[in-house]
Amino acid sequence: MPNERIVGIDLGTTNSLVATMEGDRPAVIPGEDGSNLVPSVVALGADGQMIVGNAARKYLIETPERAIYSVKRLMGRGVEDIQDELKLFPFRLADDLEPGEVLRIKLGDRSYTPPEISALVLRQLKRNAERFFGAPVTKAVITVPAYFNDAQRQATKDAGRIAGLEVLRLVNEPTAASLAYGLDRKKNGTVAVYDLGGGTFDISILKLHDGIFEVIATNGDTHLGGDDLDNLLITIGLGDIRGDLGLDLRRSGEAVATIRKAVIEAKIALSSQPSTKLDIELPGGKRYQREITRDQFEQLIQPILERTIGPCKQALKDAGVKPEQIDEVVLVGGSTRIPKVRELVEQLFRRTPHTDLNPDEVVALGAAVQANILSGASEATKEMLLLDVTPLSLGIEVAGGVTDKIILRNSTIPASATQFYTTQVDGQANVAIHVLQGERELAKDCRSLARFDLKGIPGMPAGMPRIEVRFLIDANGILHVSAREQRSGKEAEIEVQPSYGLTDEQVESMILESFDKAEDDFRERQLIEARNEAATIVAALEKGRQSPAWAQLTTGEKENIAQLEQHLHKVEKGDDYSEIRKAIDALNQSTMRLAELMMDSAVATALKGKTMNEADLGEGPSVPHPVAKAEFE
Amino acid sequence: MPGEPTASCWSCGTMRAEHFCTACGKVQPPLPVDYFTFFGLPRKLEVNVPGLEKEFYALSRKLHPDLYSGADTREQEWSLEQSSQLNDAYRTLKDPIKRTEYLLRLEGVELEEQSKTATEQARSSGSLKKQVVPPDLLEEVFDLNMQLEELRAQKRLGEDDPALIEEIGRQKLELEEKYEGLFEELKGYWQKWDQAVDEGTEEDRLKIRDKMVDLLNRRSYIRNLVRDVNEAVER
Repeated sequence: MPNERIVGIDLGTTNSLVATMEGDRPAVIPGEDGSNLVPSVVALGADGQMIVGNAARKYLIETPERAIYSVKRLMGRGVEDIQDELKLFPFRLADDLEPGEVLRIKLGDRSYTPPEISALVLRQLKRNAERFFGAPVTKAVITVPAYFNDAQRQATKDAGRIAGLEVLRLVNEPTAASLAYGLDRKKNGTVAVYDLGGGTFDISILKLHDGIFEVIATNGDTHLGGDDLDNLLITIGLGDIRGDLGLDLRRSGEAVATIRKAVIEAKIALSSQPSTKLDIELPGGKRYQREITRDQFEQLIQPILERTIGPCKQALKDAGVKPEQIDEVVLVGGSTRIPKVRELVEQLFRRTPHTDLNPDEVVALGAAVQANILSGASEATKEMLLLDVTPLSLGIEVAGGVTDKIILRNSTIPASATQFYTTQVDGQANVAIHVLQGERELAKDCRSLARFDLKGIPGMPAGMPRIEVRFLIDANGILHVSAREQRSGKEAEIEVQPSYGLTDEQVESMILESFDKAEDDFRERQLIEARNEAATIVAALEKGRQSPAWAQLTTGEKENIAQLEQHLHKVEKGDDYSEIRKAIDALNQSTMRLAELMMDSAVATALKGKTMNEADLGEGPSVPHPVAKAEFE
Repeated sequence: MPGEPTASCWSCGTMRAEHFCTACGKVQPPLPVDYFTFFGLPRKLEVNVPGLEKEFYALSRKLHPDLYSGADTREQEWSLEQSSQLNDAYRTLKDPIKRTEYLLRLEGVELEEQSKTATEQARSSGSLKKQVVPPDLLEEVFDLNMQLEELRAQKRLGEDDPALIEEIGRQKLELEEKYEGLFEELKGYWQKWDQAVDEGTEEDRLKIRDKMVDLLNRRSYIRNLVRDVNEAVER
């Protein structure tokens, strides 16, 4: 392999995926359990081990206080931002949080920041990819909702670093989806991507031009998605239970988790059938039963779905296009499976939306395409280039608490702006700058990104210094600031205090803390897998010795097998996984004829009237394969 | 930060083009140039926008950071700087108003602060906005402001006067027509400016420049007025 593989990752609210280009097509990399989706759930096992994905899901019901889901909703946010979420999500925040501080979530006797929890999910995806390639993976493209602000993007990048991944690019989810679709149809035209996921909603309008994917406008709501539909149904269920059965279960984590699971199943069922039944066993032996029709469901969720209309209209307006000028509409995100959502999209854009790619996978596939573009020199993506925009305006607080916008929303990124500052007092050495993101006129209504202190301004009379501050939004949508005092030519020192982010030092220490180093981690896992495979082949060999085929081998063959088996037992005790693999391969080779003989006799048995399944095929030695199912524990 | 700009390619030594070396294609440290120069355009106002778009796409294919993901950090930084300049320049030049305002600023004009920011700032600090009412609008603006005051007072009392709202709506429509008219008028000066650049005197240019400044100021004055009307009616 000339270059190290760069993987594409969709770090979702509900599910996460990792994908790669296989030839000229992107493909999702399955996990050990064969599943393409890794639920974004993290649980603390009884033995203190962190469990991620499908295996963690059962903890949501059994020990909800030891499991975390939908952590994406907390990325880059402060405690004062999430009061609404706290009413609906069982997040257990650390008790000593101050406003403006990075959130911490309790799990067992420790607390974790959202990037640390996300890093655990990323680490699982990284592992799945390494298992697939049989080589370490350290570089990735990660997708984020288009409407994510700077702090949320930075938090996602931090999560990547903590997981041992160099994040080469953050790509907006709807844009990634358009890449996955655009690979097939190298057409020109205007495309709308409607992305309603587990926790976020995005709308993007793109212009396709000979392989250039130019986003012209984007809008959305980072707190609108399938979770909200679930919460609505849960609230109704809890109300029913209180009214009909006289049980107040609002504080019972376990009961709420059970109801959540049931309403999600009901929601999914209603996409394909006209009605469904909720039947939930409650603590104390009572049952909650209720029939829900699709009509009722659609009426209930209508107000939530309507919240997507405003952003769509704004995006069209910003893009300067009318609905009839949209050539194609693409649906992304699991929630777009709901027929009512499709109906709404059809009405908005007067087009039948594309649904040929799996809405759960299309973002990850697009991330793999972008990863391929970044790695360069691939025929399939050679002509493709993504030009994305910043979703929110960047501003500076000026006198009177007003926001002065310096980079407007929907500006193609990278984008920059230069501002000049001076001093108000003779000899003033510092100037404070407050950077904001958002569309509102007053600073207090915008999102505070950071406060910068320009330090070490040379002593001059008031108004004399001319400090040039350059704000640059990079291709990831993340802000960089640099400053220079023009009269002295001195680079001003900038001290950054991210309003809701982790400092570099904090991230560094989390990387160190995060279990073990990536390299060791990889070796160790390879070692475990190799040992497991060794055990499998030895067991299979033992079975072979019991079979009638064994007698048909020559003495030389038997001796050779015995020798190689001993060699395997020897290297197995060492810690070099490649030696173990070599020994496995050698033993495998030597037992090839045994396997054939066993197969022959099995076929012969089958011909005598038995079926192949009944015939004892044994587990015949198999050739190790990079995606072979390894058995842990 | 960019390295010292030199006349030859940092990598192969050939005399370079503006943004990347014509011989080896490597991205070059950005030069502190204005947006017109970045695109190799003269400082003129009539711009072929489809041609500009084509050039923008072509340059994007050479300068975008995605193409330098595997390059050394110096090239990565240059590509980031260059493509942000490219995007800033394209955004400004493709829009006729932004283009005109930008050119006037290059010509040393400080346009009046007409932005909403300035309004809000003035409001919150209690100071007067440094905005002059165009004399020919004086009477109209005076009347309109009186009516808006009345409307606000009525709204505070929870009253509703359809006749007043209709009258304000009519005036707003008139203002919007004027706004469009000003844009058409401004367009007429682009060609005059471009001609003056080629063959006119300094005096000709200054005259045209001042006319355009006046038109832009009136235009943004009317825009603010329309916004005030919208606010008063919606509130």
